Amino acid sequence: MAGNESLAGESGGQARRKAVMAVLAHSATADIAGLLGTVALPVHENLRAPENGLVMVRGRVGGDGAPFNLGEATVSRAAVRLSTGEVGFGYTLGRDREKAKLIALCDAMVQSDEFAAAVEAEVIAPLREAMIKERSRKAAEAAATRVDFYTLVRGEG
Amino acid sequence: MYVAVKGGERAIENAHRLLAHERRGDRDIPELSLAQISEQLSLGVDRVMTEGSLYDRELAALAIKQARGDLIEAIFLVRAFRATLPRFGATEPVDTGAMQVRRRISSTFKDIPGGQILGPTFDYTHRLLDPQLADGAAPDAPATGEASTGATPRVTDILGRDGLIEPSPPAEADVPVGDLTREPLSFPADRDLRLQNLARADEGFLLALGYSSQRGYGRNHPFAGEIRFGEVEVEFMAEDAGFAVPLGSVALTECQMVNQFKGSATQAPCFTRGYGLAFGQSERKTMSMALVDRTLRARELGEEVIAPAQDEEFVMSHSDNVQATGFVEHLKLPHYVDFQSELGLLRKLRKEFAEANEVPPMQEAAE
Repeated sequence: MAGNESLAGESGGQARRKAVMAVLAHSATADIAGLLGTVALPVHENLRAPENGLVMVRGRVGGDGAPFNLGEATVSRAAVRLSTGEVGFGYTLGRDREKAKLIALCDAMVQSDEFAAAVEAEVIAPLREAMIKERSRKAAEAAATRVDFYTLVRGEG
Repeated sequence: MYVAVKGGERAIENAHRLLAHERRGDRDIPELSLAQISEQLSLGVDRVMTEGSLYDRELAALAIKQARGDLIEAIFLVRAFRATLPRFGATEPVDTGAMQVRRRISSTFKDIPGGQILGPTFDYTHRLLDPQLADGAAPDAPATGEASTGATPRVTDILGRDGLIEPSPPAEADVPVGDLTREPLSFPADRDLRLQNLARADEGFLLALGYSSQRGYGRNHPFAGEIRFGEVEVEFMAEDAGFAVPLGSVALTECQMVNQFKGSATQAPCFTRGYGLAFGQSERKTMSMALVDRTLRARELGEEVIAPAQDEEFVMSHSDNVQATGFVEHLKLPHYVDFQSELGLLRKLRKEFAEANEVPPMQEAAE
């Protein structure tokens, strides 16, 4: 039972980290850096110097079948370690090493009892709000182009 | 045969300098920025990403600028660039069913859950040149509507529930995904390799092949079951983090073609399918890809292979515009020695011909 609980705890923490990473990957570097500038940053070191590379993007046959290789995408990645031991990982599409490093730093901070609340409130929450707003705007623009079919009554019935 | 010939260095250097000058054009005209190309020539960027087989808008925009708008040259540049970076691995397969849809239409069902969403499309425009655009008039802000909170399931999933359409081939756990960037092509090729080849194939080539299949060269009665375009989230299994990390989203276009039936004594007839997927908003490309994906399934579905679009070796060996360009354009390179040997042979043949026809050349010359 104890094992199960710790597993559930870990996957819960993982889900939270993934949600934070998703928000950050969708945000602009300048916005992340600007908001992080308002938070007291922990002492940290590079565990993996930021580097650029590729990932092969996979699709599925028919959308839901066997995987196939669609084409590559550029990716930047980094890893940092706080002086208190938390290790954070940063991955993002594109070639912005600074962004990967900032994501890694945020990922480390959300794992730290000392910094989690501040980074969530000052950095992630406003970025999440902006991301949702942007998605809603695009969804509303698409929705305006939805076809409303109606039937014309023709002739004399 | 190729022989190194010295002496062209200065000419080449000056030719490249002249190219850079011509690329810039009239220096009184403002220079294009990459952001302008990416934002305002976005479908060109999408094509370069798709056929360059690299999702990176900024790099594709740079390639278009450097190539002076020659998209095949730009695709070549992008392909060459990708060889300079290490590959971290492959992403988790993307879920197009969870796409944030910007456009989604079906020509098979009028009423589909989520609706018919036209999005930003050239369809239904009158194809009249717009003088206002030449003057740089600012367009109206887009209209907004109430977005539905419901899902937009794939049309093929809806048909699949009733068994009216064949299911997608399932993933097999122990079968690695074929990658033609790592292993040379061999035939017969499985569908994963075929789709990878078609995804990076020249749009014009696929368009012509798809068209030929509609006109009767390997005909298979297609319907555009669904076309969708929008943002799809990408995740990557990061070994260091120990879980699949989100990377952000990519814009994708997906086309599901629904085609005529297959069936057997043991299996009820059902629709068959062709599939197209590409980076960005690439509708003509994905439609053509889906048509050709279906024609290339002739062998699997027991259809007679009679047309070029059904011949996987023909299609896959000639679909790549970088390879095709390389072989066609290499004809421009010096072939002086080759040509000398052909010239020698031709002179010999002509001499033999003249002798056989008993026309004494010296006598002719004397008259």
